[in-house]
Amino acid sequence: MAEPTPIRSAADLAALRNRLAGEFGRFGKRILICSTGCRALGAADLGAAFREKVSEAGLTDEVAVVETGCHGLCAMAPVIVIEPADIVYGGVKVKDVAEIVERTVRGNEVIDRLCYEKDAAFAHLSSIPFYRHQVKQVLRRCGRLDPKRIDEAIARGAYTGAAKAVTEMTPEQIIQEVTEARLRGRGGAGFPTGMKWTFCRQSSGDDKYLICNADEGDPGAFMDRALLEGDPHSVLEGMIVAARAIGTNHGFVYVRAEYPIAVEHINRAVADARKYGLLGEGILGTDMSFDIEVREGAGAFVCGEETALIASLEGHRGMPRPRPPFPAVSGYDAKPTDINNVETFANVPLIIENGAAEYASRGTEKSKGTKIFALAGKVNNTGLVEVPMGTTLRQIVHDVGGGVPAGRTFKAAQTGGPSGGCVPAEHLDMPIDYDSLREVGAIMGSGGLIVMDDRTCMVDIARYFLSFVQQESCGKCSPCRVGTRKMLDILNRICEGDGRPGDAEELERIGNTILRSGMCGLGLTAPNPVLSTIRFFRDEYDAHINEKRCPACVCEALITGYCIDPETCIGCGNCIKACPADAIVGKKKEPHQIKPEVCIRCGACFAVCPTSAVLKESKGLEAKATAV
Amino acid sequence: MAATTTDQTVDFGQAEAVLQELGEVAPGDLIPLLQRIQNAYGYLPREVLMEVGQRTGIPVSRMYGVATFYEQFHLEPRGRHTVRVCRGTACHVRGAPDVLAAVEQALGIGEGESTEDLRYTLETVACLGTCFLAPVMMVDNDYHGKLNLSRIPKILDKYE
Repeated sequence: MAEPTPIRSAADLAALRNRLAGEFGRFGKRILICSTGCRALGAADLGAAFREKVSEAGLTDEVAVVETGCHGLCAMAPVIVIEPADIVYGGVKVKDVAEIVERTVRGNEVIDRLCYEKDAAFAHLSSIPFYRHQVKQVLRRCGRLDPKRIDEAIARGAYTGAAKAVTEMTPEQIIQEVTEARLRGRGGAGFPTGMKWTFCRQSSGDDKYLICNADEGDPGAFMDRALLEGDPHSVLEGMIVAARAIGTNHGFVYVRAEYPIAVEHINRAVADARKYGLLGEGILGTDMSFDIEVREGAGAFVCGEETALIASLEGHRGMPRPRPPFPAVSGYDAKPTDINNVETFANVPLIIENGAAEYASRGTEKSKGTKIFALAGKVNNTGLVEVPMGTTLRQIVHDVGGGVPAGRTFKAAQTGGPSGGCVPAEHLDMPIDYDSLREVGAIMGSGGLIVMDDRTCMVDIARYFLSFVQQESCGKCSPCRVGTRKMLDILNRICEGDGRPGDAEELERIGNTILRSGMCGLGLTAPNPVLSTIRFFRDEYDAHINEKRCPACVCEALITGYCIDPETCIGCGNCIKACPADAIVGKKKEPHQIKPEVCIRCGACFAVCPTSAVLKESKGLEAKATAV
Repeated sequence: MAATTTDQTVDFGQAEAVLQELGEVAPGDLIPLLQRIQNAYGYLPREVLMEVGQRTGIPVSRMYGVATFYEQFHLEPRGRHTVRVCRGTACHVRGAPDVLAAVEQALGIGEGESTEDLRYTLETVACLGTCFLAPVMMVDNDYHGKLNLSRIPKILDKYE
């Protein structure tokens, strides 16, 4: 392919888009293979396999094979979508490829076993409940194009908003538009983006910096990963608009090194945008200059905090500093700096292109637009979900997520990761936005949404999050350094069966102190998971502390024995061989049994069972916890 | 069983190439510099850091401060294969602690340690962002998801 010629004006871009749209639109059918998240389950070989079979079938001119970003329904990985009918197949293996090309691509026939629920009724994207309740705005191109080809992004409208902002709008008009759209920061705190940009624009000094925070660190969150992998140009476009608004020539993308595909794609996107003159000197024939440097993080959760991130970019230990001064006044290299999250930038082109009014038509009164959630945990349809702000938790968990796995009951959803809290079943019908979540002691956070069922121990979850923040605490301020350690000590003893009356109150006392005195976003929110579980699940704390019992049968020290579920036991005999106490009896191919009086509770049977039929018990409770 | 630092002389050639590639090194470039050195050697050898300090004027004490702050940097030689057990929330609620225990038992080492023959290094990671595979671990660049404890020894065995 010839080296692209730089785009010199908005009209140039429009002409290029029309030409490319024709080029990419010439295929009657397209096979879209998720080659990002689904790579984990073997999608990497599917592209070559499809190309080979399509070529063998003589369909190369009619059928395109495209390696795309995430389709969202990760539970079915590896997932492919076949346009134009939008047929969704999951669990696709190389050995299925020939049949798919022959029967579905050529024969327009649906293959039942590859459909959602193995049912042809769910063959089409619009027929699957997971998709039906979603509104794909920010993710509109994710999964529909090859993220490594800027031409395809341009063909689908990328950089249209940037062209408008750069060639037709003043910085003030851009900020006005974003302010009127009432876009709030998607990184978690929900600060109004327009206001942030205004502060940075008004700061004195010509040298300013723009940073995209792609250090997505919340455990259980993968929205930014998906965006950078699946549509990196939407993020770059948002950054160009922001650069024009605040008046800067230098940008950074600070991306987590643990995301190798995201790093690869964003680097590729930046290089390609430069070739088209969308980054660099004289963007779109104007006098605007702006370039972006991609930096990889080095593995420190606290670097998601803006002042710590700046310290890291400057080559220091990633420790936060007190604010004010805010980065908008004094940030990178002590110059005014604007930092926004990946998803925030990806929202910007929508606002510029379609206008603030259209954008603000979705969402609740104070939270506009859509929100991407990473839905995971004890839910059937784990995946990437985009819904309008104000969607209820019930809609997300039950309609989109397909509810909790069979036989279990929903207990809570955790939002906001280690800074957030749990929303219990009683609030399932609450419309979710920044403010409603705060009212119930959780936060929107960046969008991780972990579903928990009756087998999840809420004390253990609180301990889990606290041990995470305790490990990640940078140690600079004592409320966080010492306070989280003290809280963790208490939670550890509760889970070990050594809880004392008054422990829950002590946790609340220390937690509230940290909330008032921590220095940065990490410390100031660290107690939230503990305080929120005490608020809604005090009975579980009491069971641990007073009865030395773990109602969910999770806390190891409170496990009093094991038993075997006759329904799932296949009688393979592995546990009999593994048991050092000869406590397990049973004939081959018949359900085995554990003799409680002989069992020494070592857990060996639990570890070797291939069907997870060994269950844990806590104080004679009905066995609930199962192996993985 | 953890591996100890070996005092073999380290060849500076690869660090030389990194310095050449980066050109003038500003103090702000310290993290990319360390990342490249580690890519070349697999860890940050003491002798190399001393020499790089001399050439760039960045104090070794600062390099040490940065290297010990970030998870990604290692001052000790590493195993040929890195096993990363995900401790993310989704993995946790689906049994990550049991997975870690099973890996520790299979390898005979704890988190953060390497086997004596430098075949494996065991780490945990806050989240791999592949929550739909929970519980998941990574060996080098391969994901192993929806783990069942009984499968773990077999998976590890495949990495020579």
